[in-house]
Order: sequence, then structure tokens, then C-alpha cells
Amino acid sequence: MKRRLMRTGTALAAGAATAGAAAAGLIAGIARRKAMTSGVARPAPNRWLSVTIACPPERLSEPGGLPEPITRLERDAEVRIQAAPGGRGTELGLRLREDVYERQPIGITARLSGADPRQRLRSALREAKSLIETGEVIQPDSPPTTRSTLTGKALELATKRAGGEGRL
Amino acid sequence: MKAVCWQGVNELTVEDVPEPRIQNEQDAIVKVGLTTTCGSDLHLLGGYVPAMRAGDVIGHEFLGEIVEVGPRVRNHQVGDRVVVCSFIGCGRCWYCEHDQWSLCDNSNTNSGIAQAMWGYETGAVYGYSHAMGGFKGSHAEYVRVPFADYGAFKVPGGVDDKSAVFASDAAPTGWMGADLGGVSPGDVVAVWGAGGVGQMAARAAGLLGAEQVIVIDRIPERLAQARTYAGAETIDYSATDVGAELRERTGGRGPDVCIEAVGLEAHGSAAHFGYDQVKQQLRLQTDRPTAVREAIMACRKGGSVFVLGVFGGVVDKFPLGALMNKGLTLRGAQQHGHRYIPMLLDRIASGELDTKHLVTHELPLDEAPRAYQMFKNKEDGCVRAVFRP
Repeated sequence: MKRRLMRTGTALAAGAATAGAAAAGLIAGIARRKAMTSGVARPAPNRWLSVTIACPPERLSEPGGLPEPITRLERDAEVRIQAAPGGRGTELGLRLREDVYERQPIGITARLSGADPRQRLRSALREAKSLIETGEVIQPDSPPTTRSTLTGKALELATKRAGGEGRL
Repeated sequence: MKAVCWQGVNELTVEDVPEPRIQNEQDAIVKVGLTTTCGSDLHLLGGYVPAMRAGDVIGHEFLGEIVEVGPRVRNHQVGDRVVVCSFIGCGRCWYCEHDQWSLCDNSNTNSGIAQAMWGYETGAVYGYSHAMGGFKGSHAEYVRVPFADYGAFKVPGGVDDKSAVFASDAAPTGWMGADLGGVSPGDVVAVWGAGGVGQMAARAAGLLGAEQVIVIDRIPERLAQARTYAGAETIDYSATDVGAELRERTGGRGPDVCIEAVGLEAHGSAAHFGYDQVKQQLRLQTDRPTAVREAIMACRKGGSVFVLGVFGGVVDKFPLGALMNKGLTLRGAQQHGHRYIPMLLDRIASGELDTKHLVTHELPLDEAPRAYQMFKNKEDGCVRAVFRP
């Protein structure tokens, strides 16, 4: 089933809007090659990170349709909106702009320290999805616990990073 | 307020912890009226569930009275007596809209942890690790209930607490096993495990039209309950060969639907149990799949196996060949309780579904550590211990 690309950020703009996923894949390939030839080995390809939201694509593509977690990242990331197959809603994607991808720290150390820019993208996508579907972002119980232990500290770090991590 | 806290492997304490507060506009605060032990809590206690933190409040199967609501709660008001589904569902993501509530996209605040473990995250559960949201549990005086319009259900006036509390988890989990396991009129259904969930699965199979229901366990008082309240035949696996017994009772065919309601700390015959125990303790497998293996081997050709017991990781000697070559359907799920709870409350109210008998011990919250020891070791005929905070 051919899907329709509804909106992209300026960098992707018109070309990808008409060529759809194939063009997006091509651009991703170019970005990867450029990263590989720029002399800086990047530990992970600059992929689209996406969530599928239970709403029609028009809801997001209309002016003002994107929630704040997404609009605040538009300087650093491209935005892709397309209809999901089978009436499953709308696929909302973010991908780091090429200059951000090449400039920012990416990899395990950056992920542990919270400096990997893809963590902000993942958090923003999850927050945007929840805002659109439910009207708010569920907060974890606070305080998380009443006892501090060494293993608990490690888990606390993991939960702090969890919103920006995972396989999204 | 008082709460039962997990402190480490086999260590529970009753602590004074901060009372919950409204943190989201769709939250409610429930004053817990009754909260019950569940077999899956034993996996937390045994240290088999990762991402637990010292001080975590446990408990996930409960009812109580709403004492505060957020500004966007529409269907409930202060004073409502509600039973709360153990899983938290937002009600509006694709999974909730398709009645797969335990797969909710929006309730697990730690989705990255669960994705690393399972590929995708589940919805959140009360008191069941930070991989499943990190929400505080119900073994406390008060509990915060997110998305209260979807997860809290008014209890009919004629239904007492001890009957209604099991509509939170045991009854919908068991019902789901029979329903999604595909039980049809005339089927022979075998259920591994005669705890609360297994008994509910057996009764559900009967209500869905199964002609013969057989429950397998080793604890005499639980098998007796399965006979009395679910109308099931029983097999004591410690006294016989389960596979041979099932073949004899089913004309050599094997059960049409096999429901596993045991989970990752299964016991079994000496050889199987010893093997799995050693592998688990050496961390060569995280879970003991003894009952799942037996269900797959016992199931008739082309039949269905549903895994209700809680599993967390990886297992050894999984009979994939039997699954494939016998043409079985294997399915599992955490409970999609929201789709069943109103119907189950009606059945409890009408007397069609007995649940109250599961309560064998009622104790104050202060005695929860002792109650869990009794529950874990199956002492004093304990099937479920409940607490009135």
C-alpha cells in the first residue's frame, strides 16, 4: 500500500514530499555516506525515529497541528508525517538534521550521559503521541522511592534515560 | 501512610511512605479497601523480576473508595466504590481502542527499559517494577490511579469486597486465557495451576461452553476448590503422569485448549524441576517453563496453548518442534482486564462466578511480610491472603 507523505521539515521539503519513503531512504543513504566520508566515524546511522499516533494525518499536518514537544525541535530535526497503513493512524517521524547529526555526540557514552541528541527526539515523539491521544503526558509516581541504595541509584539513572531510550 | 515495600530478595517491610497525590488531570486517588496477594508477586519477592528498587510499594489487585479526582476525570466522583484493573490503560491509543489494554502505548513511563527487554513496551502495572512503569502498588492506604475514567470500575451494590477484588486481576486474567485461547462449546480444556488465576480460567472455560475442564496442580486444597467452584476434574501432578492421564481422559486426543497459569517459578516432576531450577539459579535461563513445556506436549494436534503465567526473559529446552509439527497455536498476554471487568462484575453479582472462596486469610497490612511467607510456602491452606489497610 502506497502511503502519502503529508509534511516534512524544510530540509526534506518538496522532493521527499512527492517521492515519499523511497526519497527518504535515499536521503538517509546519502547522509550515511557523507558521515562515513567526513572522517568522523558515527556509531549509528541517522535513522528516522517514529511513533504511530491514533489520529488522521490531517490533524498533524494542518497549521499548528504539531504539539510543542515536536515544534521545539524543528531547528535540529526534520519532521515527517505520513498515513499509517490499514487505518492505523499517522506515522510521525523525526530525524536529526545532517549538521546536527555530524556535530553532536552519538553513541554509548553520550547515551549514558544524556547528551545523545536522539534521546531528545525519542522523548519528544513519545510526549507528542501521548498529548495528541490523551491530552497529557503521564507522570511517574513521585517520589520514586523512599530508600536510597547503590543499585537503586543505577536504576534511577536508567529510568531518567528511559523516556529517551529504547528501540524507537 | 503505611505501605508494604519490597526491599530486596525475600525481604518485605511495612514502611511509612508519602501519600500519593494527583499528578495528572486524569488521576484519581483511591483509599484502598481491600488488596490481595497474587502469585506473580512471588516473582518480585524471589528477585526474578528486574528493575525493582528497594522501597518500591507492591500490590496490584485491589478495590477501594475514590477520595479525590483530577479535573479531567468525568466518570467518577469522590465516594465511588471501585475495583481497579491492575494494568493501566489510557483508553485512546490503538491498542486500548482494540481492547488490548495491557499493551497500552501511553501508560508506561519507562518505555525504554521495557523495549530493551522485550522489543516493545507493555502498559504499566501497579507495583510491578520500573520496567512496567514504576507506579506504586496497592498494598498501602492510598494509591494513585492514572487514567481513572478507564481503569476504575464501579462495584455493583450487592457485591461484597472479597468477591469484587478479584475482578481487578485474577478473574479477567483467567477469563482472557479461555477467551483468547479460543475455548469453544464442546471443547476439552486443561488448565495448569489451581491458584486464583487458574481457577478463574477453568470456570471461564466452563462458562464459555467447554464440555470437560481438567485442572492440574499438586496442592490438595486448591484442587478441591477447582472441583467445587469451577466444576473441574483435577490431576495431582505429583502423583501421576500428567500426559498419560490427559490422554486417558480425552480418548487419546489430548485437550483442545491448554491454559498455563503457573509462570516462571513452576514446579514439576523431580527431574524436570531439578533441571530447570539449576539452569535458573545459574542464570542460564531466567524462567522455569516446566508447565509450558508440558502443555505444549499434551495439547492435541492443531490445538491451542495460552500462556497466562508471568514470564520475564528466556527459557531453555522450549519444544519448538512440537509446536510447529503439531500445528499448535501459541498465544500469551498480560491481562486486557478493561474489556472484561464490567461483564465479570455482572457475573459475580448474579452468582454465576464465585471468587470469594479464594480468600483464605484476611490480615492487617502490618502482617503482610508474614502473609507473603505463608502464601509463598502454601502454608495453612493459603490460596490468597488479603489486606485491609
